[in-house]
Amino acid sequence: MSSVATGVRNVAPSRSKKRGGLRNKRAVFLLIAPFGVLFLAFYLVPIIYAVWESLQVIHRDGTFGAPTLVFGGLSQYALVFQNSDFWASVGRVLLFGVVQVPVMLGLALLFALLLDSPLLRGKRFFRLAFFAPYAVPGVIAAIMWGYLYSPSLSPFKLLTSQVDLLSGGTVLWSIANVVTWVYVGYNMLIIYSSLLAIPTEIYEAARLDGAGQFRIAWSIKIPLIAPALVLTAVFSIIGTLQLLTEPEVFKQFSSTISSTYTPNLLVYSTASVPNVNLAAAFSVVLAIATFILSFVFLRLTQRKAVQA
Amino acid sequence: MSAAALTGRGRGPREGIISRGAAMLIMGVFTLYFLIPVWWLLISSTKTLGNFNRTFSLWFTPTSLSDFAANIGSLFTYGGGLFPRWMLNSIVYATVAGGLGTILAAMCGYALSKYGFRGREAIFNTILGGVLVPATALALPLFLIFSQVGLTNTFWAVFLPSLVSPFGVYLSRIYAASSVPDEIIEAARIDGSGEIRTFFTVAIRLMSPALVTIFLFQFVSIWNNFFLPLIMLRDQSLFPVTLGLYNWNSQVNTYPDLRTLVLVGAFVSIIPLLVAFLSLQRFWRNGLGAGGLK
Repeated sequence: MSSVATGVRNVAPSRSKKRGGLRNKRAVFLLIAPFGVLFLAFYLVPIIYAVWESLQVIHRDGTFGAPTLVFGGLSQYALVFQNSDFWASVGRVLLFGVVQVPVMLGLALLFALLLDSPLLRGKRFFRLAFFAPYAVPGVIAAIMWGYLYSPSLSPFKLLTSQVDLLSGGTVLWSIANVVTWVYVGYNMLIIYSSLLAIPTEIYEAARLDGAGQFRIAWSIKIPLIAPALVLTAVFSIIGTLQLLTEPEVFKQFSSTISSTYTPNLLVYSTASVPNVNLAAAFSVVLAIATFILSFVFLRLTQRKAVQA
Repeated sequence: MSAAALTGRGRGPREGIISRGAAMLIMGVFTLYFLIPVWWLLISSTKTLGNFNRTFSLWFTPTSLSDFAANIGSLFTYGGGLFPRWMLNSIVYATVAGGLGTILAAMCGYALSKYGFRGREAIFNTILGGVLVPATALALPLFLIFSQVGLTNTFWAVFLPSLVSPFGVYLSRIYAASSVPDEIIEAARIDGSGEIRTFFTVAIRLMSPALVTIFLFQFVSIWNNFFLPLIMLRDQSLFPVTLGLYNWNSQVNTYPDLRTLVLVGAFVSIIPLLVAFLSLQRFWRNGLGAGGLK
């Protein structure tokens, strides 16, 4: 091997790269294969398997015939789209996302801009304090807030005895608050770190032109950190559609949360019936919808950025 | 409100007082919002069930210290030491699977960054697509597959899927491109080092700050994972701490004593993460920045 390497030393870089490529086939394979095999086994195969399961239906010969699985085409998908629980759950997470994601990202952006401005003292403390909730797992955060909302156990009885935060009309927003509490600091940090990457000379010029902090934030900083905002938005959209942990825990505090409250809870309860084929169809539709939404959002924002 | 707070029309020190005050006020109010729930959890874990219902929820009681010790004692012994078992499980799932997964992702990302070969972009795009596939959508088919090979309700059912981090590959590729110069790889080649050895002796060291970040991401997602263990595990002794506390909380109405244990357990379970997070915050910032800009 070393003799080949010495032979390569004096030739043009492009040629050496090409020859290296052939020589390194084995290395590339060894480096990629371990991850590749696991990715195949625990990502691609499950996806294919879910699609395959979703195309099967259970067939019985007469009322007492033994059930057999037969190919049913898209009939499970017809059931998905006729299912009113499914539409209700989708509507719920969309409503949740339309309100919660902008509020959360708006707050994260505000905090990041304040941290980046000269207006604040004790930045390190605020950064740590705001990021700390991200260390609390969703299950634990939901249990904790469940008690904080409860009319009899909450430290904020003045509020919780007046407004039932766990009733049918309010519980969705109570959950939104839990999600916001956990993730604002995380998103703040993403946005803040991209603010730090902007060269400060840009501000100097704006300052000389008489621009104030607000003007600088609005006209310079926000356009420059647009990629970070898009990234946080895409991940938040994915997270919203997957909502599961918080409502599942809140079932223990509020009877108004049904087993079909969000799409993922619907998948879970359908699979435990057990109606695995229908549950698989739900999963596939949900995954595709997530994919499309993230993609459309990426496209829309990219086009905007190009036009601007 | 935010606009007013940030508006500093006047230049120099005048921009100061009002804007500064408004900025500090906003941050102060939200500090309370973020920290009071955790403070409440700390206070609650120092109370007996009776005091929890009777005394002011945001301050200690005279017997807080001894009650806290008693609570911790029953937390660690209840049900034959279920709680320490769950903590241990969470730590093993998150550190071992997270650590191994980070190295595998780094190898793959490095290869995708440093070698040109046919199908490279196809492989990368497939993995990138994996970032957008929600983990919860995979949980059900994974369960069906694992049940066919008789691996549900085992350690492996949670451990094996946790090894895969497509996002880690994506970040590794970016980091490898920016932090491992081609000249160094070429120099190692000239010195007669094999490609794999170069990765493990030279490249991995140059990528190490990035690897810490990837590890943290994976550690947190495994530690927080709820759906996969919920679907896969029936045996309490295999539970991660999140699923265990969820399970206890579901029995609170039947066994009221468990409420104290749920709250103390919740508090104890977030301490290791809080410490790890706050002390490694630098790596978060670096990693998040790279992820957001590229």
